[in-house]
Amino acid sequence: MVSENPHLGNQPEPLQEDSDTRPLSMTTRRGPRSLPPIPSASRTGFAEFSMRERMREKLQAARSKAESTLLQEIPTPRPRRLQSPGEKELETEFGAEPGEEAQKTQQEDDSQSRSRVKFRDSVRKIKTKPPVPPGFPSAEEAYNFFTFNFDPEPEESEEKPKAKNRDGTTQEEEEGEEEEPPVQGIHKTDEQLLISATEAEAFLWGLDHAAADFVAVRPADYESAHVRLQMEKELLFVPSRLTVPTYKKLPENVQPRYLEDEGLYIGTRPDVPRTCQNIMENRLLTQEPGRRWFGDDGRIVALPNPIKPFPSRPPVLTQEQDFRAELETLYKKAVKYVHRSQHMIGSGDSPGNFQLDIDISGLIFTHHPCFSREHVLAAKLAQLYDQYLARHQRNKAKFLTDKLQALRNAVQTGLNPAKTHKSLDTTQKTINEYKSEIRQTRKLRDAEQEKDRMLLKTIIKVWKEMKSLREFQRFTNTPLKLVLRKEKVDQKADEEAYEAEIQAEISELLEEHMEEHEQKMEAYRAAYQQWKAWKKAQRAKKKKKKQAVEEHPEEEMGEPYPEEDLVKPVPPEPTDRALMEHQVRERAARSRRRPGEPLLVPELSLAGSVTPNEQCPRVEVLRREDVKRRSIYLKVIFNDKEVSRTDSRPLGADFRVHFGQIFNLQIFNWPESLTLQVYETVGHSGTTLLAEVFLPIPETTIVTGRAPIEEVEFSSNQHVTLDHEGVGSGMPFSFEADGSNQLILMTSGKVSNSVAWAIGENGIPLIPPLSQQNIGFRSALKRADAISSIGTSGLTDLKKLAKWAAESKLDPNDPNNAPLMQLISVATSGESYVPDFFRLEQLQQEFNFVSDEELNRSKRFRLLCLRSQEVPEFRNYKQIPAYDREIMEKVFQDYEKRLRDRNVIETKDHIDPHRAMVAKYLQQVRESVINRFLIAKHHFLLSDLIVEEEVPNISSEGSGILGLSLFKLAEQKRPLRPRRKGRKKVTAQNLSDGDIKVLVNIIRAYDIPVRKPTASKFQQPSRSSRTFSEKHAASPTTHSPTHSADYPLGQVLVRPFVEVSFQRTICHTTTAEGPNPSWNEELELPFRAPNGDYSTSSLQSVKDDVFINIFDEVLYDVLEDDRERGSGIHTRIERHWLGCVKIPFSTIYFQAKIDGTFKIDIPPVLLGYSKERSMIIERGFDSVRSLSEGSYITLFITMEPQLVPGESVREKMSDVLKKFDSQEDEKLLQATEKFQAECALKFPHRQCLTTVTDISGKTVFITRYLKPLNPPQELLEACPNNPQATAELVARYVSLIPFLPDTVSFAGICDLWSTSDQFLDLLAGDEEEHAVLLCNYFLSLGKKAWLVMGSAIPEGPTAYVLTREQSHYLIWNPCSGHFYGQFDTFCPLKSVGCLIGPDNIWFNIQRHDSPLRINFDVTKPKLWKSFFSRNLLYPGLSSVQPEELIYQRTDKAAAAELQDRIEKILKEKIMDWRPRHLTRWNRYCTSALRHFLPLLERSRGEDVEDDHRGELLKQLGDYRFSGFPLHMPYSELKPLIEAVYSTGVHNIDVPNVEFALAVYIHPYPKNVLSVWIYVASLIRNR
Amino acid sequence: MAAAGPSVFLLMVNGQVESAQFPEYDDLYCKYCFVYGQDWAPTAGLEEGISQITSKSQDVRQALVWNFPIDVTFKSTNPYGWPQIVLSVYGPDVFGNDVVRGYGAVHLPFSPGRHKRTIPMFVPESTSKLQKFTSWFMGRRPEYTDPKVVAQGEGREVTRVRSQGFVTLLFNVVTKDMRKLGYDTGPSDTQGVSGPSPPPGLPL
Repeated sequence: MVSENPHLGNQPEPLQEDSDTRPLSMTTRRGPRSLPPIPSASRTGFAEFSMRERMREKLQAARSKAESTLLQEIPTPRPRRLQSPGEKELETEFGAEPGEEAQKTQQEDDSQSRSRVKFRDSVRKIKTKPPVPPGFPSAEEAYNFFTFNFDPEPEESEEKPKAKNRDGTTQEEEEGEEEEPPVQGIHKTDEQLLISATEAEAFLWGLDHAAADFVAVRPADYESAHVRLQMEKELLFVPSRLTVPTYKKLPENVQPRYLEDEGLYIGTRPDVPRTCQNIMENRLLTQEPGRRWFGDDGRIVALPNPIKPFPSRPPVLTQEQDFRAELETLYKKAVKYVHRSQHMIGSGDSPGNFQLDIDISGLIFTHHPCFSREHVLAAKLAQLYDQYLARHQRNKAKFLTDKLQALRNAVQTGLNPAKTHKSLDTTQKTINEYKSEIRQTRKLRDAEQEKDRMLLKTIIKVWKEMKSLREFQRFTNTPLKLVLRKEKVDQKADEEAYEAEIQAEISELLEEHMEEHEQKMEAYRAAYQQWKAWKKAQRAKKKKKKQAVEEHPEEEMGEPYPEEDLVKPVPPEPTDRALMEHQVRERAARSRRRPGEPLLVPELSLAGSVTPNEQCPRVEVLRREDVKRRSIYLKVIFNDKEVSRTDSRPLGADFRVHFGQIFNLQIFNWPESLTLQVYETVGHSGTTLLAEVFLPIPETTIVTGRAPIEEVEFSSNQHVTLDHEGVGSGMPFSFEADGSNQLILMTSGKVSNSVAWAIGENGIPLIPPLSQQNIGFRSALKRADAISSIGTSGLTDLKKLAKWAAESKLDPNDPNNAPLMQLISVATSGESYVPDFFRLEQLQQEFNFVSDEELNRSKRFRLLCLRSQEVPEFRNYKQIPAYDREIMEKVFQDYEKRLRDRNVIETKDHIDPHRAMVAKYLQQVRESVINRFLIAKHHFLLSDLIVEEEVPNISSEGSGILGLSLFKLAEQKRPLRPRRKGRKKVTAQNLSDGDIKVLVNIIRAYDIPVRKPTASKFQQPSRSSRTFSEKHAASPTTHSPTHSADYPLGQVLVRPFVEVSFQRTICHTTTAEGPNPSWNEELELPFRAPNGDYSTSSLQSVKDDVFINIFDEVLYDVLEDDRERGSGIHTRIERHWLGCVKIPFSTIYFQAKIDGTFKIDIPPVLLGYSKERSMIIERGFDSVRSLSEGSYITLFITMEPQLVPGESVREKMSDVLKKFDSQEDEKLLQATEKFQAECALKFPHRQCLTTVTDISGKTVFITRYLKPLNPPQELLEACPNNPQATAELVARYVSLIPFLPDTVSFAGICDLWSTSDQFLDLLAGDEEEHAVLLCNYFLSLGKKAWLVMGSAIPEGPTAYVLTREQSHYLIWNPCSGHFYGQFDTFCPLKSVGCLIGPDNIWFNIQRHDSPLRINFDVTKPKLWKSFFSRNLLYPGLSSVQPEELIYQRTDKAAAAELQDRIEKILKEKIMDWRPRHLTRWNRYCTSALRHFLPLLERSRGEDVEDDHRGELLKQLGDYRFSGFPLHMPYSELKPLIEAVYSTGVHNIDVPNVEFALAVYIHPYPKNVLSVWIYVASLIRNR
Repeated sequence: MAAAGPSVFLLMVNGQVESAQFPEYDDLYCKYCFVYGQDWAPTAGLEEGISQITSKSQDVRQALVWNFPIDVTFKSTNPYGWPQIVLSVYGPDVFGNDVVRGYGAVHLPFSPGRHKRTIPMFVPESTSKLQKFTSWFMGRRPEYTDPKVVAQGEGREVTRVRSQGFVTLLFNVVTKDMRKLGYDTGPSDTQGVSGPSPPPGLPL
């Protein structure tokens, strides 16, 4: 483009000079044509010199050719001239030439010059283009084109806006003229510049004709300003500022369409000045004729103004400020919650922020006792006048008249068919409508007119009365004066109008009447026809009747009645025109101004003079004085409280009081009522309350300055009689002399006031927020969100809102206002529907994709819900099917059954209904407690989530010592004496089946019972049944350790082995020999968590037990024939159950390892076995003989890997427990915490218990559980003179109550302590309950007894009972009923944490905690730290236990029945367990056993063995016999079955085996049942 | 699986733990595992993995590149509990103790295709300054009991964490039968997504 510009720039030059310079230009143009060699010369200067010769030759040839052609016409090298003024002209003339020229040049040019020629050619082409279009641009256009495109000077650009800014076109022209000269100059310089540029270009192109002989010298160009202006005008387009007529902007024959008028919403257009719009429109019109920029209304299409008047974002904080400062929390003092919040203003605002301005300007009495008669009339007159004024202002009569006129006109036009093109019936219809309208309007108008007239008449009447009264009493009290102004009217016109009106009315009425008449006639005709027909029928009937009477006289009765009342109809009267006219005229005369009568305009003025006192009669003077003595003041009562009062102002003679006071109420409460009390003071006597005026609470939109003065009327019902002219109040009086026409007037008046909200300093109205107001109303407002749309803070009156909307001319079509408009339309239509509910999620329904019923029906959804609620059945449900149809209905069956059964007591599983109930109850307690703790489970502590090393504590011992660990760094890597390291504990989360194993290490056993030779019938060495006392006296047994000599096959005494079963996996050791076997074997049992859920909570609730059964392996020789003995061994192995140890998994889990020697639970009678006394043991404890005897087994049980026990839940419990309410004293609770903290600090591993959770979840101080309670009388009576036996019996009774560990039932959550009566009712509990009950019994027996909290094996932390006998202490295991001496090595209690008595707690602060090594003397404060001491005295806590326990005797019959059922069930079970064998029952043996069982019960399973054996032998001598009685407390049937099963009695598969089974239930009071089951197998000896 | 109506859908993910940005640490390795809802079951591939130890690249990026492959297939009946990959990064501290350098989790992408995810990593903070010192000194920094807790919301309110770095993961996701079961996770037109370039819009 740059290259082109100079050429283009050349073109304008000739234009400027135009005509006068042409000859010159012609000459210059000729130059190049005639001088072709010059270019070649230049070429030689620039082109390759080596080629010069050749080129020259060629050029010569070319030149000769070219000369001939060029001379004729072509101006080839046009652009290379400095000035070629006429060129353009010429070129246009030779418009057709360029192509030819090009051809020629190509022909003539040689190869070397080709490139140049080409260039030239192209240049030429461009150059020649402009003239080609037919438009043939004028010189000016071309010039402008140049100036527009090229001129970079700023002046030019400045000029344009200047011109635009001019107002008028004329002015613009002037300006233009002024600015012309500099512009020209600029152009000139431009030209020069351009010229030089072209020169350079030409030079570059190798055109060297810039020789001096081509330069033409010319005079300077001058162009007159006028010419220039002219040219400019033609070139420049200055859009007009005049408004464009609409028709130009719209397509032809299209009327502008105003959407707004059609009711469509058009937003406000952006604010653009009219002139700017005009300019734009003009420009658009000229530039683009398409008119697509114009809308239907002929205006430029514009979107509504998007700019909102207020910012939608909060103001941006200043950049410099640290944003943290903004985020900083501020302390705000807590504000006390006031219950009457409804009346409170938002708490954050300081009181007094809100202000109500009450402006009381004055008070006017419309009646006062001191009114004279004249006053009464004056008040009446004033009132009437007010009414008149109001009516006059409205001028309803005129309006109605106009309307009537309009309607008549409409009817007229409607009736004229020529004018209307509508179908006839519609016209008729509209006319009818109009007519009815006319009728209506006329009636209304008449009424109005009549009223007006009546009012005027009354005014005049009252005024006349007043005048006469004044005359009569000869003085004037009021300055009222009525003037009736007459307005002349044009008599004639008036008359005509009157007459026309009457005529019109008459005609209308006539028409109306005609219509009516027509209708009546119609009706008449119909009626007449009917009557005629009836008549005929009647006649016919009569005839018939006459005949009929003779035949059926009885029929006569029914017929005539209904037809009798048909009367001949009377034809309606036609209307009389004269009569009607008379009526109309009469009415007009009554209600209307007569024609020609002057218009009366009453004017009330206060111009009259009041008669001075001196001229008045005495009564009147008295009255006036009375009035003067009176003064009035107002009290302002806000929310029933007086807040201020006005000054007392005297009552004026005109009964007006002016106050003019403004009260600014700084309010704190939301205004509920605002009352003014009008008080009147008469002289110095008391004040009387005249009336109360209730002021409305102003709208929130009403603020000071905008509030109108309102008059509020009041009246009082007081009765006042006065002794002067005053008419009094509530008293009848009359204006008439005869006292007729009595009036009773009450004191009344008006208070003019205005109430408004004050405006604060910054223009914010001091209005309390609306939040305290009626919620229902507000929610309606809120829903429509009308408030925000109009920007007001709150509204309370919809009517006013509507008024406001009407006044402020809100565009009802504006979408912004839509909610408001809707609200108003709802409100004003009367059915203001305020919903009495609040919808939180308004759109919920819209988003529901299926109905609720459908959702509830979905099985999949239900399953998902239940799983998410962690319902036990579904908690671990995996892969819920994707479709409903894939979900089996039976999935829910269990759950539903459980839900159904919740309240149904099932007696099938529980034979005893009472127990079933208890089980149910327990289940419910468990559920509620679990639900409560489910929440706690979802409550995490830091330690649950993050493993963090404890803070090393230098002062205390432990592994985390900083110093020690530092020390460890220097430690040897492989010390000579390795110390035992704790195993790594594993969190139970990422485990799966098979990862966990239970390791049972069976080391050895002591004192296993040994076999007795069964065949020998000789009497056993007599072991007389020992008594209790005997046990203490050491009596060495008569048995020697070895008497195996009796055994026939040289068998050892016993060959025991141990079988461990856990979760249906059974492992057993090898068989050892002798009564004190040593196995030292490790058995490994896999552990499987329920449902594969290895979470802590799941593991805690594992109820499985590890059974360790000890069997005796017996080999029997079954060889029939002695002769074969030499060649073969044919024996049968039989296993005889000796006893078992049962260890719950939960114990292993919580203890991590169980290490110790346990007593084997051996049945009291083991037929065929006897106890071998180990001398070693007895020798070891000669000094204090062990009370316990039996067999023991040493075990070590642990889990691999070691699991972290779920202590977290327990710890968290303390948090939760605090949330449980407690009825304990706060101080006491604090003390317990302190005590526990102190104890834990000293001995962290010793159990210290101060408070426990009772069954309802409340925290209870532990000593409240201990209280002497009476044991069953029956037990006390059993051995009245043996306290020790009684104690044992009681212990046994307690132990018979079934044991139910609540750590298992409550999934390791916490211990719940039930009171003893609850315990006895539930008949289930764990160690604590047993211990508490036992301790209470002992206390009531008069023993010194304590609860021992400690740990024992295998139970772990547990509760025992300690009693103090004369010289020693006894430790009782409440669950087994056994007791141990303090120094008994086999005592399961291994450590003692604290002792709890009924009135104190003692914590063990001795060095050792083993009962063997501690002193139980709690009186020594150095050994026992007591809870209540001198610092904290025992406050005498009442017990939670009942006063006394009541025992019902157990129904013996029920027990017997239960016994039979158990026996039957067990027999069936045994037969079931032996599916492949015949099970024979030996009835004889069974009965023998049955007799024996009560004996066992009586002796509590001790030392009856020998007698029993003897008896059995006597009876069943032929049988080899093995069997044993099992003894259990009764809770359910299932444990009994399990116990029988675990003995393996049924496993004998000797063909001729027989069984015996006997059950005995001994009932103890309170449904405590002791169950004995005797199972035996018998094999007949031959 | 009959064509008539599948009862499960499959989500197959392969990809890799590409690299990490831990400006201060070196010689890190990472572990990954998946956390998924009860309705999900892995059918193929590895649910867990421990990567090699990688050292920082010697250029300015200082990226720790593992390029440790992930390949796992899940089946499920329910999108609830959509699998999340949980990453934990470990490395030696000044004293050579192996300490945790970051935990992070991200849901597997829902839509089929190639996805790149950069997840911020964080570690739990010590509860006190003293703890912080001792844990630093003894090389026993606080750790989550189970890395899987970072994929759950419950109980997190008791913890405070500090951010540590970023790990970039690449997933190629293939689903089967999602649409048949009524779950439309793909983009509106699946034709448009094919192509080697990763979809834009993900931070890198």
